[in-house]
Amino acid sequence: MRKEWIARVIVIFLLAAAIGIPAVGWWKRSQGIVIHARMAETGGWTPENLTVAVGQPLHLRLTSDDVTHSFAIGQSDQPAVEVKPGEMTEVTLTLDHPGKYTFYCTRWCSVNHWRMRGIIEVTGQQTTPEAVEPPLYILLGLDIDGDHDAEVVPAQMPSALRGAQFQNMVAAVYRSREYYQTHSPVELWQALRSEPASQPLADQDVWDLVAWIWQSNITPQELSVGQQLYTANCSACHGETGSGNGVFADLLAQPDTENHSVRQTGQMTIRPADFTDPVHILSASPAHLQGKLLRGGMGTGMPYWGPIFTEDQTWALIAYLWSFQFEMEKLP
Amino acid sequence: MSLPQEIPWLEKASSAERGAATRQDRAAPGRVNLLRISWLRPLLVSRWPQFLVRAVTLAGFVFAITAGLLGSQVGSHNFAIIFVWIAWWTALKLVFIPFGGRSWCSVCPIPLPGEWLQQGGILEKGRRFGLNLRWPKRLRNSWLQSNGFLLIGLFSALTLTDPRVTGWVLLALFALAIGLSLIFERRAFCSYICPIGGFTGIYARTAPVELRVLDNAICAAHIEKTCFQSCPWGLYPVAFRDSSACGLCMECLRACPKDNIAVNLRPFGSDLTQPGSRTRLDAAFLTLVMLGSAITFAAVFTGPWGSLKSAAFAIGSLAWLGYAVGFLALNLLALPGLFTLTVWVGHKLSGAKLPLRQMIAEQSQALLPLGLMAWIAFTVSFALPKLSYILGVVSDPFGWGRSLLGAAATRWSPDVSGFSSILQVILLFTGLLWAGRVIRQRSWPVLVFCLGYSLTMLWLLVG
Repeated sequence: MRKEWIARVIVIFLLAAAIGIPAVGWWKRSQGIVIHARMAETGGWTPENLTVAVGQPLHLRLTSDDVTHSFAIGQSDQPAVEVKPGEMTEVTLTLDHPGKYTFYCTRWCSVNHWRMRGIIEVTGQQTTPEAVEPPLYILLGLDIDGDHDAEVVPAQMPSALRGAQFQNMVAAVYRSREYYQTHSPVELWQALRSEPASQPLADQDVWDLVAWIWQSNITPQELSVGQQLYTANCSACHGETGSGNGVFADLLAQPDTENHSVRQTGQMTIRPADFTDPVHILSASPAHLQGKLLRGGMGTGMPYWGPIFTEDQTWALIAYLWSFQFEMEKLP
Repeated sequence: MSLPQEIPWLEKASSAERGAATRQDRAAPGRVNLLRISWLRPLLVSRWPQFLVRAVTLAGFVFAITAGLLGSQVGSHNFAIIFVWIAWWTALKLVFIPFGGRSWCSVCPIPLPGEWLQQGGILEKGRRFGLNLRWPKRLRNSWLQSNGFLLIGLFSALTLTDPRVTGWVLLALFALAIGLSLIFERRAFCSYICPIGGFTGIYARTAPVELRVLDNAICAAHIEKTCFQSCPWGLYPVAFRDSSACGLCMECLRACPKDNIAVNLRPFGSDLTQPGSRTRLDAAFLTLVMLGSAITFAAVFTGPWGSLKSAAFAIGSLAWLGYAVGFLALNLLALPGLFTLTVWVGHKLSGAKLPLRQMIAEQSQALLPLGLMAWIAFTVSFALPKLSYILGVVSDPFGWGRSLLGAAATRWSPDVSGFSSILQVILLFTGLLWAGRVIRQRSWPVLVFCLGYSLTMLWLLVG
């Protein structure tokens, strides 16, 4: 009988260890905040809503349940961190201003990648209330959902370098930052065309002049920042060359295919806009593009970037988009 | 309780057959009795070594269930997926079955709690629990096991990759085994339900290990039949014609007062070529299901077809229904139909007088080495490249990002691609040659069937 009892003790001891060790580990883990990342089709971030008091450090442990994701916070300097399957990435955030912050994935994890977003609500008293101004496209009352095809387009790609020789013919009003933000290249071209001063110029010369005026409103730094943002966030759909042929473009163009990720978007999507097409782009003002960028939608599947990009980043991105239409000075 | 009624095999075996078997066993051609090796004998006779291994596998099994349910959802970082579907499966296919037949059954943890309850103790017997009913006669075959394996095949893509599902499946098997032990006598679950036990049993006939009686006359004179009384599987060793049913638990030799039982090493495939060996139609069907499953798994897991993979994975979807219909049609119609046709053609050509059912059953033995080698070849490409994950999950069994050994970071990953193709060609060729030796009456249509199967596997695995 002693042997039997020894055997029973061994079995019970081993079983207790086999259940107890993982159970204790599981209980300890459930104490901290662990965020699981999954492709948007299978749930996105869990949990996706967090609340923290202002100035309080927020300690997060991030892991992925499928593919490699990345964690970043919109409108903040916090560097993005990789979130790998089966591994833990630890991040400590301290958010100094009350409000809602959007955290999001920066890896093209699936066609619905941009839907991987969550909210960190930072609670507390606002010490100095900030005046918030609506974005320009709201102030101007622009209809960003309508189609605006350009009535006139250049015969060849306008060149800022060629346009520079006619710069003395341009009135100061057309060169202001305000004019640039609120007018489309077509509007500028039509305005210049009707100016008596530019009557001697050929149509293409006026387009070159438009390119020069646009370039004079854009700094090389803006172009460089815009290019980085574009490559990281936009080229998945719009393509590296801006021609609307990114890796997800075909999936977006056929939303009713058997592809499971597309089926679950819940709305129709169309082929991403082609930024190299002058008919489509030259009729849009920077404010118009800003609206499309901030709000998204338009019945196309375009994400909303309002909670992600700062105002400066938005203008930098728009600046870069013009490089698909105009020959501007090469970046250093 | 009158003993002879409890031993159906004894009634069925004619005295001439028994006499023949006795003479053969005495001669024991090409056999090495492991019990005659002085250092090995105590390891087999004592219950302790086996018990300790069983205690560890039981703890490991429960640990796999807990890890599956509570650990990381990333398969490659979860102990349950890697240890059950990579490490254990590889060991089963490459070591336990080909070299030990049902040797895994002797240490398998799944039936243990039920068996201990049934006999009222772990090493010693005490007060018994359970109803101890007899297993229904109509279900005393491998049809349930074949269907169980088909069921696994339908859901395999998800089960093999999702730790939660794996955890629940293991838990369900565990509960089923314990539950059945409490209702039915002996190892009803292992003998008639366990899908692993089903194919382990049929392939055990090819393995180089057997448990046999040394002298049938001694057993005939032994009134108590202690071996049968003590066998957890309800088997009577005198009746063994092949190794498909014996779970190698060694209880009979511990109970035999006359030291009349041998654990033999024997040539590979001995059960297949000996004249007395027979197969039933249910075993023939299971053999064909194993062939069909090997093809399907090779196509789904190692093939280049992404849409097939996602179809097998998207359980409940229309694509998956298509996969399910295809899988069932292959296993229930195509392979059995094709095999029956080839046997029938061979049958007509040879002019033999045997009934077709019996011919199918007998010729299906050739499919055992064929299927075994195909499974080994599949396992080589499926599991070997992933063996490197084992170190990672040993270090961090739940995928919680904690490294116990510090090994998770420095992961060793061997490149087996070139070497494994050569190995697979050799394995499939060996299977074909071996099958050719087992085919009865040199039936060339069956040989063509085997050749066709090997070429299909070759195409799927090596390309």
